[in-house]
Amino acid sequence: MSVSRRRILASGAAIAIGGLSSNSREAQAGTVPPNVPEWMHEQGRPILSPAYGLPSKFEKDVVRRIREPRATDTEAFSVTPLQNLHGIITPNGLVFERHHAGVPEIAPDQHRLLVHGLVDRPLILTMDDLLRFPAVTRIHFLECSGNSSTEWRKSGYHSVQRTHGLLSCCEWTGVPLSTILGEVGLKSDAKWILAEGADAAAMTRSVPIEKALDDALLVYAQNGEMLRPEQDYPVRLFLPGFEGNMSVKWLRRLKIGDRPWHTREETARYTNLLANGKAYQFAFDVKSVVTFPNADRSFNAPGFYEISGIAWSGRGHVTCVDVSVDGGTTWRRTRLQEPVLDKCLTRFRLPFNWQGQPLEIQSRAYDDKGWMQPTRSSLIAARGTNPRYHFNAIQGWKVAADGVVTNAST
Amino acid sequence: MRALSASVVALLFVAGSALAQQARLGLGTPATSEQIRGWDIDVRPDGAGLPPGKGTVEQGEKVYAEQCAACHGEKGQNPAKGFDRLVGGKGTLATPKPVQTVGSYWPYATTIFDYVNRAMPFTAPNSLTADEVYSVVAYLLYVNDIVPRQAVMDAQELKKVKMPNAEGFIADGRPDTEDLKCKADCK
Repeated sequence: MSVSRRRILASGAAIAIGGLSSNSREAQAGTVPPNVPEWMHEQGRPILSPAYGLPSKFEKDVVRRIREPRATDTEAFSVTPLQNLHGIITPNGLVFERHHAGVPEIAPDQHRLLVHGLVDRPLILTMDDLLRFPAVTRIHFLECSGNSSTEWRKSGYHSVQRTHGLLSCCEWTGVPLSTILGEVGLKSDAKWILAEGADAAAMTRSVPIEKALDDALLVYAQNGEMLRPEQDYPVRLFLPGFEGNMSVKWLRRLKIGDRPWHTREETARYTNLLANGKAYQFAFDVKSVVTFPNADRSFNAPGFYEISGIAWSGRGHVTCVDVSVDGGTTWRRTRLQEPVLDKCLTRFRLPFNWQGQPLEIQSRAYDDKGWMQPTRSSLIAARGTNPRYHFNAIQGWKVAADGVVTNAST
Repeated sequence: MRALSASVVALLFVAGSALAQQARLGLGTPATSEQIRGWDIDVRPDGAGLPPGKGTVEQGEKVYAEQCAACHGEKGQNPAKGFDRLVGGKGTLATPKPVQTVGSYWPYATTIFDYVNRAMPFTAPNSLTADEVYSVVAYLLYVNDIVPRQAVMDAQELKKVKMPNAEGFIADGRPDTEDLKCKADCK
């Protein structure tokens, strides 16, 4: 048999396995011991095919998905497949998206950042300038304020991607905003900063100067490479622990002022309407969610499994996570996987022997500032069901006797 | 909006006091006032940033019909799916079905100018003249029963407009849930 003939046969068998059709079982029979699989009898793909690496074709379902409803394809959300991720880092191609006016294509040599207002020396910075500043690299989560907003009322979603997927975590590299503010020189009455994007929405948010001087970054790289266009190539603001919308993308302007601007995004949007008609904002409280088992990958037979999930806090680091398998009646302390970092996803794991009984699995997290993740009823008692943002209550997943997973809030 | 100002107190981050003493690196190019003017489009609640120009409700009705009605619906009441309703909702904010519109929810009229100017119309953002923006703001205020039909909006008039929900925002009140404080041994 020629090599090319073998390759065709081998790839045909592989596709069948990926599809897990009944035919695949026959095809698979030739690959399990004692048989030696076809792919050991021939050369694999040549180097640089492709030059920029891609996931295995058998992982084709591990993709972002659009969260409906959407008004248009440019004013829309996509959600991260948390159920398929294994550590704490979100691969760049899976980081959730939230755009108000689509993804602009910005040539880095054409991009400019203007810093002005209550400063001694207004400056225009090129990307070359920004890349010359002393840089830092940190790992932080990024969460849309609307994440889990479906859960304020009865949820129709059973998958963790739909309920919690407006959440990602990456290694971010850039310049501390405090360095740039030192370069322009703040006036004594500088209290707020307006951040403005270069997209067609010219997105703006007001940022308190305390946050700007604390841990805010001007980020140009994500997980080691330059930002993806949909994640704000060539540069974004990044405010660890604050709602994602404030980390203004495609950043073109920072204006320093003495008071907030009350832009559309901090009035009409991203304010939490309470039952009494008032609102909260900015920081995320402690939160967690079980990502295994999940709607796509459940217990398929009794026996040993590891229940796993992620926890995070916008105020500090996670100190511990408990898991319940009986709907919150009893709790077991989980093992936290290192590293455990500030304003970063922390993975928790709990060994579990499933005996085939129905379960309701929940997780609850605590942070180093003394906050504890609230129950859904407690959160709703405090804030009602009108808020669209910052839902952080304990999430329940029902596991039926056949292993099928559904949202326990429905 | 008091919520933004007051929340600074709630956040209380440690500011880098050494910032002022930091050695400059000399990177970047000084921005000229002409360069800044070209990009400096933001408008504050007190009217700072509003450009010269003016517009009437009648002119705004025409601009709205041509530029806005396709998405936001006739008179802002019946938007296309996914787009914002702009008119109505008065008295609904503290009900189980709040209708958050420019008229019922937005605390400042100046923000309408800022947002329409920077991001609207959706298919051609930042394309309206200052007069057109003033006029469409006048129209939206009129159909929300905030200004009379003969109103003329300019920088002076717009910053005087008092919005119905101007007092509707409060300081962040967290922690607010009764089980939020850690009861378990979790340190």
